[in-house]
Amino acid sequence: MLNLTHITKTFNPGTVNEKTALRDISLHLDRGDFVTVIGSNGAGKSTLMGAIAGDFLTDSGTVELDGRDVTLAPSHLRAKRMGRLFQDPARGTAPGMTIEENLTLAGGKGGWFSRTSKTDRSRFREILSQLDMGLEDRLRQPVGLLSGGQRQALALLMATMETPDLLLLDEHTAALDPQTAEKVLAVTRRVVEENRITTLMVTHNMTQALTLGTRTLMMDSGSIVLDIGGEERKTMTVEGLLAAFRANVGRGLDTDRILLRPEGE
Amino acid sequence: MLSLIQTALELGLIYALTVLALFLSYSMLDVCDLSTDGCFTLGAAAGAVVALSGHPLLALPAAMLAGMTSGLVTALLQTRLGIDSLLAGIIVNTGLYSVNIAVMAGASQVSLNRTDTLFTLARDLLKSTPLAGGHKLVVLAVLTALAVVLLTLFLNTRLGLAIRATGDNRDMVRASSIDPVFTVTVGLCLSGALTGLSGCLLAQYQRSAEINLGTGVLTVALASLLIGRVLARRGGILLRAAGAVAGAFLFRLIYALALQLDMPAYMLKLTSAVIVALTIAVPYLKKQYPLLLRANQGKGGKGTC
Ligand SMILES: Nc1ncnc2c1ncn2[C@@H]1O[C@H](COP(=O)(O)OP(=O)(O)OP(=O)(O)O)[C@@H](O)[C@H]1O
Ligand SMILES: [Mg+2]
Repeated sequence: MLNLTHITKTFNPGTVNEKTALRDISLHLDRGDFVTVIGSNGAGKSTLMGAIAGDFLTDSGTVELDGRDVTLAPSHLRAKRMGRLFQDPARGTAPGMTIEENLTLAGGKGGWFSRTSKTDRSRFREILSQLDMGLEDRLRQPVGLLSGGQRQALALLMATMETPDLLLLDEHTAALDPQTAEKVLAVTRRVVEENRITTLMVTHNMTQALTLGTRTLMMDSGSIVLDIGGEERKTMTVEGLLAAFRANVGRGLDTDRILLRPEGE
Repeated sequence: MLSLIQTALELGLIYALTVLALFLSYSMLDVCDLSTDGCFTLGAAAGAVVALSGHPLLALPAAMLAGMTSGLVTALLQTRLGIDSLLAGIIVNTGLYSVNIAVMAGASQVSLNRTDTLFTLARDLLKSTPLAGGHKLVVLAVLTALAVVLLTLFLNTRLGLAIRATGDNRDMVRASSIDPVFTVTVGLCLSGALTGLSGCLLAQYQRSAEINLGTGVLTVALASLLIGRVLARRGGILLRAAGAVAGAFLFRLIYALALQLDMPAYMLKLTSAVIVALTIAVPYLKKQYPLLLRANQGKGGKGTC
């Protein structure tokens, strides 16, 4: 499904601010994989997402999506088959436009001059009602009036309305309060499972990284230092993960922003 | 008094098209297009030349096409050549000065005194009807209403929504698989077409086009747009577009009344400059006010800074 080979990215090369954010990353995701990514601050997780989504041109390496080489494709063309959510709920929706207008734009059906139809509207109501946030009765309200959690849930619907081949989630619940985060996560799990979407999810929650999905990656200073799945992952504990990190990297994981236990405990 | 209001209405409706152009570029795309003045004159010049050759109706699409081309150049400069959007507008505006004189065959003025215009055609058509006295108003009201309705319809299509989202959140436009470069280009072309049409109508209305016709139009239109925004702050696109038109009329009315109070005509541009500065500054000052208030109350309590 997704195939990265030898991706490298250095920001501001040749200056004092030079920073190698990705070092020779190779990664393969199969269709239906749900991979969680965890790592210290500045490990390059967001940059990895950016490289896949096409925010910038990588210095070397190739990005293949479903057998097609998209290394040089601009981000809006890759977006045809990729959905993406950011930590900041404001980035996924247009605040000055109504819920209905946002959904119409994201839905991608019809030509340039098509307008929101009655069937569109009833479809919007139906998928919104599954969120159980009362948004189905607020189609005509500007998205700017919604809470962060509601916006993020809406952004998730928008990103997956046309089932994408790949879903990129970059700490998309990190800015929400625990209850809302839990709710958005539940929606994420349902949408991903129902549509069998291949997903790459960055999280700063260790337990989440181990319990959600089918495979866990750990990143540190631009490299993938740990990649576990299958039986090994099923029996893995947070402590085990930290020990494996120390064994592979030679030092402990800086856990400033990382939650070692489930939230609320 | 009545004729004063009628003139203000007529001019308001003409300038309303430029205000709608800014509604598209400034409010929707969030691009401040500084080529408006030159583009307005371009529409006037191109329209006048076509009218002079005996086609006052054809002058309208010709002026729109000219304006659209100007918008396209502005868009290409900022989207394909990496020129800052403000600078792109200034560059195009400067270049248009030469282009506009060239369009008028090297003259700085074209007179339409002896030619048919859209308005003389309308006068003849409405001669023996009750609308005879208001033929200009009828023509302009129909055209502007049409522009408002078509623009509203357009802004609710998928392409229109994409244009609106461009000024709101470009990331989201890309995420919807639409290239913001494309939406900016389409938006500026349309906005140029409206500005050109506006200039063309003014030239036919006053039966002459001249090289300085557009000078200051951007500020006047921006003032009208901001007045319109006060009138229709929230609400759908139709309401806000109608607000923009009402703003254009209100601006002309205020100006006409000021003239009645013996304000000299050359004060128009200063008036519009002050209105624009004030409408943008007042919300900012309102936010700053509590800070000033507390800083004054707590004199001496400001610490070391
Ligand atoms: N556009 C950029 N220009 C310069 N440096 C950048 C840029 N983007 C990221 N970096 C740098 O690259 C490194 C990796 O950043 P990245 O955002 O990918 O980290 P991350 O793993 O997402 O961290 P966090 O957990 O804080 O989100 C950081 O040192 C960062 O400062
Ligand atoms: Mg990050």
